[in-house]
Amino acid sequence: MNLFLETLIGGLLAGTMYSLVAIGFVLIYKASGVFNFAQGSILLFAALTFVTLLEQGLPFAAALAVTILILILGAILIERTVLRPLANRSPMTLFMATLGLSYVVEGAAQGLMGAQVHALDLGIEDVPIFIGDVLISQFDLVAAATAVALALVLALLFNNTRIGISLRAVADDTRAALSIGINLNRIWQIVWAVAGIVGLVAGMLWGARQGIQFSLSLVVLKALPVLIIGGFTSIGGAIVGGLIVGAAENLAETYVGPYIGGGITPWFPYFLAIAFLYIRPAGLFGERTLERV
Amino acid sequence: MTTGDTTPHDAPSGGEPLLEVRGIEVIYDGAILAVADVSLTVAPGEIVALLGANGAGKSTTLKAISGLVVADRALVSRGEIRFRGEDITGIAPNLLAARGIVHVLEGRHVFGHLTVEENLRTGAFLRRLGRREIEHDLEEIYGYFPRLRTKRKTPAGLTSGGEQQMLAIGRALLTRPELVLLDEPSMGLAPIIVEEIFEIVTTLNRSKGTSFLVAEQNIAVSLRHAHRGYVVDSGRVALAASARELLDRGDLHEIYLGVANAVA
Repeated sequence: MNLFLETLIGGLLAGTMYSLVAIGFVLIYKASGVFNFAQGSILLFAALTFVTLLEQGLPFAAALAVTILILILGAILIERTVLRPLANRSPMTLFMATLGLSYVVEGAAQGLMGAQVHALDLGIEDVPIFIGDVLISQFDLVAAATAVALALVLALLFNNTRIGISLRAVADDTRAALSIGINLNRIWQIVWAVAGIVGLVAGMLWGARQGIQFSLSLVVLKALPVLIIGGFTSIGGAIVGGLIVGAAENLAETYVGPYIGGGITPWFPYFLAIAFLYIRPAGLFGERTLERV
Repeated sequence: MTTGDTTPHDAPSGGEPLLEVRGIEVIYDGAILAVADVSLTVAPGEIVALLGANGAGKSTTLKAISGLVVADRALVSRGEIRFRGEDITGIAPNLLAARGIVHVLEGRHVFGHLTVEENLRTGAFLRRLGRREIEHDLEEIYGYFPRLRTKRKTPAGLTSGGEQQMLAIGRALLTRPELVLLDEPSMGLAPIIVEEIFEIVTTLNRSKGTSFLVAEQNIAVSLRHAHRGYVVDSGRVALAASARELLDRGDLHEIYLGVANAVA
């Protein structure tokens, strides 16, 4: 029973890290209807910028502030040079553009800051602690708390503020939003900047765990099943999807793994995602169109 | 209900027109001609009907004026559009909304997942109002559209077609427009609701002096509430006259719209 609980809780906590990555996708998908393939590279770029600034001797807070500033400028640049010229094109065109963008961002990150692995110490002790007789990773606990806090902040931002309502309006109907004076370009800049900052947080946590390096951009591949399960349009869905994926892959690895020789975690989330596509194609919390019958 | 003979705007002879469209041509995707040659004017405080069959070029004309053609990958390739004397051809729709032109799209286009009240609020964002001013403006809109008040917490996607049309108009009014481009407000609605909506348009026009350019297939209702009308056919203005004259012709259906259209 303890093993089960430990596996479950460990999986859930690790799942919040997937959620963090997935939230960045959800934001951009909602605002511009495009699956942003570059989210992983932006995450890598953000984490790499942050750790490089730290290594240059900047204090933690200053490095964080400068990185966020760079991400905001980057969002404005991407909006001006990629999104604005391609506005009103098909989603496939936009997707291809983000595919290209991901290589540009990755190239820029490595060109400017090198390809070596950087260690990042966030000052969180990775000592397991006992809660009851269940062993829990302290680091995972901090990561989970961060994910939850971030989701709450975003929920507040998007539910009641002018920017939040505008974003949801744009997500519902871009043309109508334009017709009443909502500045689409500004909304895109804000959303890409926020997605970049979410990527930074995710990149810092992932980076602290496995080092900041090229492979960090591949967390995209972890986010995809999370999005399919949770739905592409819901931040809450990204959280729940992450939890499901984290718990399911951990349980599968522990209980099914020994019978088939282990190594389940890379593919099991996809197996689950395909099952979800059969049953609930819009995901658990994905928006279906609201219509009176 | 006959407004044609009670208002002074029948002939916008003296003053500068609020909107002046001169010989515009609109092309989609660089190849498809949707509007070949449309010229029209709207005077301050005037209600103008833009009549024509499906595909005649009414919606495209409105989109050319509001700037939304760009979102459909179309272009005003010839002619010019002037608003208060200034050339506005090709200006982005959100900037035109700030200048006083708002477009209520065909098919309503409310934000389905937002509540009725959130929909209305989005209309006021443009003016960066304080909380109290927004509340005041919302109350004013609820005054015109009492049905919306009872549905304020309902997601707009779950309200009826008539309510959505009212919401789309109310949302547009919160931008404090001088000119409202209203595209096919009667579409899919029961005659009694259509009448109600046109009554409100007339009321708004009288009490606030807001100008309306209304694209419609429903000739009878729109001309009863308009001052003047234009008939477009195959992307050109085929006829321009006062609402009274157009109504008196009695043969508009046969000539331009086909006899199948219901007379409301």
